[in-house]
Amino acid sequence: MSALERAEVKRLREGSPWTGLWAVVAKEMADHLTSARMRILELLILLTAGGTVYVAMQQIRASIGSDRFIYLKLFTLSQDPLPSLIGFLGFLVPLIAIALGFDAVNGEFNRKTLSRILAQPIYRDALLLGKFLAGLFTLALVFSAIWLLIFGMGLIGLGVAPNTEEVGRLLWFLLATIFYGGIWLVLAQMFSVVFRQPATAALAAIATWLFFTVFWNILASLLAQSLRPIQYGFLEEALAQAELELALTRISPNTLYAEIAIALLNPTVRSLGFVLPFQLEGAILGTPLPLHQSVLLIWPHLTGLIAATILLFALAYILFQRQEIRA
Amino acid sequence: MSEVIVTKDLTKKYGDFVAVDHLNLTVHKGEVFGLLGPNGAGKTTTILMILGLTEPTSGSIRVLGFDPTRQPLTVKAHVGYLPDQVGFYDELTAYENLIYIAKLNGLPREEADRRIEAALQKVNLSEMRDKAVSTFSRGMRQRLGVAEILIKQPQIIIMDEPTQGLDPEGAREFLDIIRTLRAEGITILLSSHLLHQVQAVCDRVGLFHRGKMMLEGTVDELGRKILGKAFRIYVETPDTTPEIVEALKQVPGAVNARVLNNMTTIEVEATSDIRHEIARSLIAAGGQLRGLSMEAQSLDEIYAQYFQEVEHVRA
Ligand SMILES: Nc1ncnc2c1ncn2[C@@H]1O[C@H](COP(=O)(O)OP(=O)(O)OP(=O)(O)O)[C@@H](O)[C@H]1O
Ligand SMILES: [Mg+2]
Repeated sequence: MSALERAEVKRLREGSPWTGLWAVVAKEMADHLTSARMRILELLILLTAGGTVYVAMQQIRASIGSDRFIYLKLFTLSQDPLPSLIGFLGFLVPLIAIALGFDAVNGEFNRKTLSRILAQPIYRDALLLGKFLAGLFTLALVFSAIWLLIFGMGLIGLGVAPNTEEVGRLLWFLLATIFYGGIWLVLAQMFSVVFRQPATAALAAIATWLFFTVFWNILASLLAQSLRPIQYGFLEEALAQAELELALTRISPNTLYAEIAIALLNPTVRSLGFVLPFQLEGAILGTPLPLHQSVLLIWPHLTGLIAATILLFALAYILFQRQEIRA
Repeated sequence: MSEVIVTKDLTKKYGDFVAVDHLNLTVHKGEVFGLLGPNGAGKTTTILMILGLTEPTSGSIRVLGFDPTRQPLTVKAHVGYLPDQVGFYDELTAYENLIYIAKLNGLPREEADRRIEAALQKVNLSEMRDKAVSTFSRGMRQRLGVAEILIKQPQIIIMDEPTQGLDPEGAREFLDIIRTLRAEGITILLSSHLLHQVQAVCDRVGLFHRGKMMLEGTVDELGRKILGKAFRIYVETPDTTPEIVEALKQVPGAVNARVLNNMTTIEVEATSDIRHEIARSLIAAGGQLRGLSMEAQSLDEIYAQYFQEVEHVRA
């Protein structure tokens, strides 16, 4: 029995929680990149990006202006009935992210592989984080490829190279797009822990997305009206109500992403809140903001997105830890 | 260390329901231990706790001297587990499935390749190495499960109902694999409902009921405990008179004797191998001996008898 006593360890959990993490990441990424599901989504986004950017280029050529930021225009210009590329990204990114995550854990469960994997010398932490990172890296890979494609189309179609300001802005936007995907990815993964059926998890994630896309703005406005009613018609009252509404809408990742897109892709945007005329004093309207100023503008949005992602991951982690893994 | 798995008052409750109740189990190095018990007895729960995959409510476990709740990585590095439902990534090949497991175990590529080849060889799946697992039969999956376990060169292997769903031939092959592993000195803990298979490979068995280990020992020991006898001796003789039957009953070690329906065989139930004494007293009593055979008690009978008694007591 002395061996038993010698081995007695006081620490709560021995070994690194990240043992095996990179093995999981490699396996999951390989799965993502070869799956039929991803092929379809890649094709979809390729067609969308190609189509919208082509349309935008037609418009840019027609309006032979001397715009400093034509590459940004590739993302923002639209022609009825087609929305712009950022319009499409607003729902393609969540779609892809959800597709990468909705069967992360329940899929293993249903294939009866979960208990076999967790019987290896790894913690559940490594499996969950590995799956998240693999999804995030896949998103990064797919969107980086799309960005390169757009740069390529621009070079050929417009005949000018992007300037550093444009490249900088588009790289920041790429980063924001990946993190915007990250939050939907982690949400889908959380549902994949909660629901045994992948279809249910996918539906729950899509329902959440739909809620924030369609209903949240209406709800925010109603809430603001009832919580900060305009009783006497003062300007302060109207302002308070509008500010509350804005704050509420920013709970939605869609709003955050849309505002990030606006600030990064329209250099002339100087503020994402309400601007009263006196606040603009001294500013020369229409002059573009330098990149670092725009980044400062979206900084809270970006950190907000990331913080929410971490929070959701922690929640998924707790739920996963508590789960019985028997088949 | 000869005791490789030791549980002390191991208890698992799901709410008010006690799935495992103060279990004291000891498995020795190199033996094959069989966990037997009806559905819901708590076998799987016990196995999951031994592996550190489920937290015990109370009690303690030592596996190779380590505590699975605190040192799960060490325990899982030395213990192979074949779950009751073995699943693989169907779209991947056998090799791809195994290399993932090897990487999770932190094996370098070359070492992993070497071990995978050896493991596939051992379970007779070498030709299937690069076939997608979706094409595998149930028996092949089960064997692939064993190959996966062998990759980490475990000291202990735990199998939850390993032969369930296999055809007789598949089950026989599987039992052969278990014997080979045992010959290599690996300790094996398996749970099963299929008693004759358990009897064929297990050194010791434990009878589980409602989360408690009711009985434990070799099949012969259990036979003596439950049925009061472990052996059946068949005496072929044309002289099946009551006097001779009575004489055989008097032999020390005999529990019961009776004439079978064919009227040429007397069945003697005994606590030990007393063939010689039986033969002698038959001849001494003036009977002719035409043949003598013996069979050990079957686990089926012990099991049926035991759980019949348990149910009877409860009713
Ligand atoms: N997550 C859970 N919540 C509540 N009860 C559970 C849970 N898991 C298992 N049980 C109960 O614990 C008991 C023991 O289950 P266990 O799976 O260990 O039995 P078993 O001996 O392996 O049975 P089987 O032969 O059917 O595999 C069962 O009655 C089961 O209903
Ligand atoms: Mg079971």
